[in-house]
Amino acid sequence: MEPIDVTVNGLARRSAAGPNTSLLDWLRGEGLTGAKEGCAEGECGACAVLVARPDGPDRTRWTAVNSCLPPAPAFDGGEIVTSEGLGTAAGAAAEELHPVQREMADRGGSQCGYCTPGFVCAMAAEYYRPERRAGGGAGEPEPHHGPNGFDLHALSGNLCRCTGYRPIRDAAYALGDPAADDPLAARSAAAPPAARPTHSAAGGSEFLRPATLGELLDRLEQQPDALLIAGGTDLGVERNLRHSRPPLILGVDRLDELRGLHEGAGFVEIGAALTLSEIERGLDGRIPLLGRLFPQFASRLIRNSATLGGNLGTASPIGDAAPVLLALDATLVLASKRGEREVALADYFTGYRRSVREPGEIIRAVRIPLPLAARTAFHKVSKRRFDDISSVAVAFAARYDGGLVTDVRIGLGGVAATPIRARSAEEALAGKEPTREAAAAAAAAMAGEGTPLDDHRASARYRTAMLEQAMLRFCAESLPDPEAAR
Amino acid sequence: MKSLAERPVNPTVGLTVPHESAALHVTGTALYTDDLVGRMPGCLHAWPVQAPHAHARVTALRTEPALAVPGVVRVLTAADVPGTNDAGTKEDEPLFPAEVMYYGHAVCWVLGETPEAARLGAAAVEAEYEVLPSLLTLTEAIEAGSFQGHQPTLSRGEAAAALEAAPRRFAGTFEFGGQEHFYLETHASLAYVDEAGQVFIHASTQHPSETQEIAAHVLGRSSSEVTVQCLRMGGGFGGKEMQPHGLAAVAALGAVLTGRPVRLRLNRTQDMTMTGKRHPFHAEWEAGFDDEGRLRGLRATITSDGGWCLDLSEPVLARALCHIDNSYFIPDIEVRGRIAKTNKTSQTAFRGFGGPQGMLIIEDILGRCAPALGIDPTELRRRNLYVPGQSTPYGQPVRHAERLLDIWTRLSGLADLENRAAAVVRFNKVHEHTKRGLAMTPVKFGISFNLTAFNQAGALVHVYKDGSVLINHGGTEMGQGLHTKMRQVAATALGIPLRGVRLAPTRTDKVPNTSATAASSGADLNGGAVKNACDQIRDRLAEVAARRFNIHPDDVRFVDGRVTGIGFHDQDLAFAEVVNDAYFQRIPLFAAGYYRTEGLHWDAARMQGEPFKYFSYGAAVSEVEVDGFTGAYRFLRTDIVHDVGDSLSPLVDLGQIEGAFVQGSGWLTLEELRWDTSDGPDRGRLATQAASTYKLPSFSEMPDVLNVHLYERATESGVVYGSKAVGEPPLMLAFSVREALRAAAAAFGPPDRPLELASPATPEAVFWALQGARDALKETAEDAAAGARRR
Repeated sequence: MEPIDVTVNGLARRSAAGPNTSLLDWLRGEGLTGAKEGCAEGECGACAVLVARPDGPDRTRWTAVNSCLPPAPAFDGGEIVTSEGLGTAAGAAAEELHPVQREMADRGGSQCGYCTPGFVCAMAAEYYRPERRAGGGAGEPEPHHGPNGFDLHALSGNLCRCTGYRPIRDAAYALGDPAADDPLAARSAAAPPAARPTHSAAGGSEFLRPATLGELLDRLEQQPDALLIAGGTDLGVERNLRHSRPPLILGVDRLDELRGLHEGAGFVEIGAALTLSEIERGLDGRIPLLGRLFPQFASRLIRNSATLGGNLGTASPIGDAAPVLLALDATLVLASKRGEREVALADYFTGYRRSVREPGEIIRAVRIPLPLAARTAFHKVSKRRFDDISSVAVAFAARYDGGLVTDVRIGLGGVAATPIRARSAEEALAGKEPTREAAAAAAAAMAGEGTPLDDHRASARYRTAMLEQAMLRFCAESLPDPEAAR
Repeated sequence: MKSLAERPVNPTVGLTVPHESAALHVTGTALYTDDLVGRMPGCLHAWPVQAPHAHARVTALRTEPALAVPGVVRVLTAADVPGTNDAGTKEDEPLFPAEVMYYGHAVCWVLGETPEAARLGAAAVEAEYEVLPSLLTLTEAIEAGSFQGHQPTLSRGEAAAALEAAPRRFAGTFEFGGQEHFYLETHASLAYVDEAGQVFIHASTQHPSETQEIAAHVLGRSSSEVTVQCLRMGGGFGGKEMQPHGLAAVAALGAVLTGRPVRLRLNRTQDMTMTGKRHPFHAEWEAGFDDEGRLRGLRATITSDGGWCLDLSEPVLARALCHIDNSYFIPDIEVRGRIAKTNKTSQTAFRGFGGPQGMLIIEDILGRCAPALGIDPTELRRRNLYVPGQSTPYGQPVRHAERLLDIWTRLSGLADLENRAAAVVRFNKVHEHTKRGLAMTPVKFGISFNLTAFNQAGALVHVYKDGSVLINHGGTEMGQGLHTKMRQVAATALGIPLRGVRLAPTRTDKVPNTSATAASSGADLNGGAVKNACDQIRDRLAEVAARRFNIHPDDVRFVDGRVTGIGFHDQDLAFAEVVNDAYFQRIPLFAAGYYRTEGLHWDAARMQGEPFKYFSYGAAVSEVEVDGFTGAYRFLRTDIVHDVGDSLSPLVDLGQIEGAFVQGSGWLTLEELRWDTSDGPDRGRLATQAASTYKLPSFSEMPDVLNVHLYERATESGVVYGSKAVGEPPLMLAFSVREALRAAAAAFGPPDRPLELASPATPEAVFWALQGARDALKETAEDAAAGARRR
């Protein structure tokens, strides 16, 4: 087991970290017990810490992540701040609380205190977010935004069982701007440490972050059962809850070839290892349907680690990205030693958690064809409004011209062994005038899509009803009613 | 200052102060039990072997393969228990069972050098089972006649005759779900053998004395040989009242047998699959009203799902029976209670302790019957509120009943109820796919343990020569701010600034024979004891000061760290100076405090008496918006008026009210426990055993606007500094949310149509309720059209 070097709260630390050691366990082993394990699956945020991540070529963005999920070796060479170091980072007086800590303490934002270190870190990341603006322009703040520009979604991955959240929201909305001499704000002006290739082996498992794509593909060719990770949000759950101990984990998170975001000839290409937060910032509303997806995709803590490559790589039937990308008619760029190929996402899934991705192949990028369909919607049905897994997810992308729906693509999640296209509903709507009768007919076709199951999230009957209702809503909200127009 | 309720000048109680550990919380330096592991070299880790059957006999348990796993040190089995193999107080909870009673029941525990070694060891244990028939649902248990414990009946008057005579009669059944505590800190214990054979246990427990007793009886030792300490808990909510004992006993047993520290920390899945939850209930009821909507009679059979053993099911049922009236006078009543025995985790205490379940039944009855009675639900509730002079069905006069109507009236004004009700009607008229609902519900909750003996507490207060004060008391801190309040009580009683009082962690060798920190009684009981101890010391110091001032001791005053005489201030001493004098005069500077709640009596067999010191009152108005496409909803606004007496610590009380309200909303709307009830191989498995499948309220479930008002001028005589308990009662303010959802769902249908709503009212449940309403509206429209054609 090789040691890793991590700067934590301004101090260099060097100690062993195995491939199956989470960042959380490593920190706690170092005596930093502020971060807590609440759920071990990235749902509660009690383990949140701040990581120095690149923000453009020469700046650092303090990014909050769940430390219970990623393997500790992935942070070799990195820089982390925990709740313990927040007020005292870079030499502040020991008793001096950080502004976030002060607001939380004074307003009753902590009761039992167990979730608090995680909240403090998630809140601090939003406090330092460079785009956060007081007022956010003219008029009322956006929903779930404070007058100081604080986006409450930054805390959607943190659960508190004691307070009922009101004092935490008040603390968040009361925050001012970082002071001129704020050490973490000052730190943002320089680049984070460059991610370095690293290796760790212990107990029959191995973690490797290769230096180049070539090295990654070589290694994958030799050991095709290796598990690829970027943020490790899926691997962490498998390790913590189902005790999976993969023989080889390959970290792809820092490979430039997987981190591009650019507009090509007739498509937008999104690197498979960009985090969802990075995509959200990089696209800045360029693809409205993705813009609708992001706030509903897990939580900010997860989006700061999770990638499209991971979400599609697991081929889960309930991943929220797939329905949206199906509606957008996306393709995947698959790469291996043998070269690259492009596969339509609609042809990618072959069965429950199975895909056409061959041994030795990785998802390098996702391509979204242009021009985009103008009428889009994303309906996620879940028990909880923030940070929940869908019982049903439905994405629509339609073109509407001359009073007719000329073209429509509908992606569905949660109703079959794979994400699917709602082909018969598409057929029922395409070429039609979106009257109430046409909507009802298309809704009836939607109700026949997939093979929904009963489970703890929802009944099959409800899932079917939600498909039907999603079509009715799409027609009611996104397509003009020709009868009303007459 | 001889009265318990009277406050001196400049009291520290009543001041808004942050939680006493707030700075430690926000910096991550507050320590919880499992944070101590790194300070314990050589610590072993415990991992359970959980049985994969709902009900089975253990026919073989081979532990040798586990010992062959590298790093495994020992496997603990029934054969290792030197004392009693039982984790409870009723001898019905074998710690190492020969018969598996629920899916996930731990049959033995493996100790390893690392958690990984212990886990692999547990996987290597070879257990064989003979699968036995199992009962999972309340319906199955009721049909099979599977009950446990007492079956008390609460009655007054002649319910049958009253129902017979009532002009309006209704009947129904209602089954509703339980709730997982989901304290953010899972169960944790850390045990080691101190010197001279003393067993020391750090535990996340609401009931250190009982943890101590049970660890002692498992170890076959006396209580004096076992010490339990609880630094603080990362949440308790009742889930750490009974449940920690067996886990602490396993850690202690491991420590005694290996001579090394043993850490037992459940991960979330283990915690959810092994420990008890809020009891689900089934109710069958008949209710009678007069023409004005006044309740005339109620007859019901309520059955709780107690799970596999009794645990606290009997007192939980008693409290459910004692709260089925909520805030309403029901002249004739007969409610039979029973506890089903099922093959599930042993259901246990959870904030409200049966009270919420009892009250939910009557609130559901009123919510369902109001449309049929043709009375607005808010008006129906108001008409039935207790008024002064009335008594509860168990014979306790409802003291301060006038507060109910007063709170109701004040809240109606503060919430602008009338205008907003009209606005909701207007909104619903113009929105086809979205409807809003508004509802107001009251809370009356009895404070004290039903079991009279538990209503006592102790404290130990030290004053050091430098004037600094250290207090110990029997209550535990789980986030509810008890320690904050106790410091305020001590500072007030001694007349010193808050910073002069330090609080030491709860330990059984400081204050013995304590009651659980439960039943909302922590501040009442321990506050009484802390104040008593401080009063003793202050009285002694008064004599010392009186000699210096040459005045009568009764005329000495302690204010803000200064000691002076009544009325004149030319003589004035620092508190520390008087303390120092007292030391040299050989006056004891420490005292044991004690408190017992007076005036309580309870006949559990007849279900009659005055079990409660007083009632806590409150009411809430909630407004919600429901989406007709999905049944999903948003909580728009909640206004609350709640009675905490004269608050000891307003920030703490506000936090308790808001937190309880949101937790109650979670129970009623979102949190859904699902077991595999199929006949497949996983029958009995908890399907919602993780944060990803069991959803607690997050930011999205907090009302957009939440206004909480403390009921003013509310001094409660006979309670420490005039305060009232706050932990549990506000949870039940969440009924307003459920009733608002009912109103919003009903708004999709024709007026005055009774609407049944499942509990929890998940988006799916609300969707089916509103679909029913929509279908009824369609039928009404079709009937009307058909009628028109006929004409």
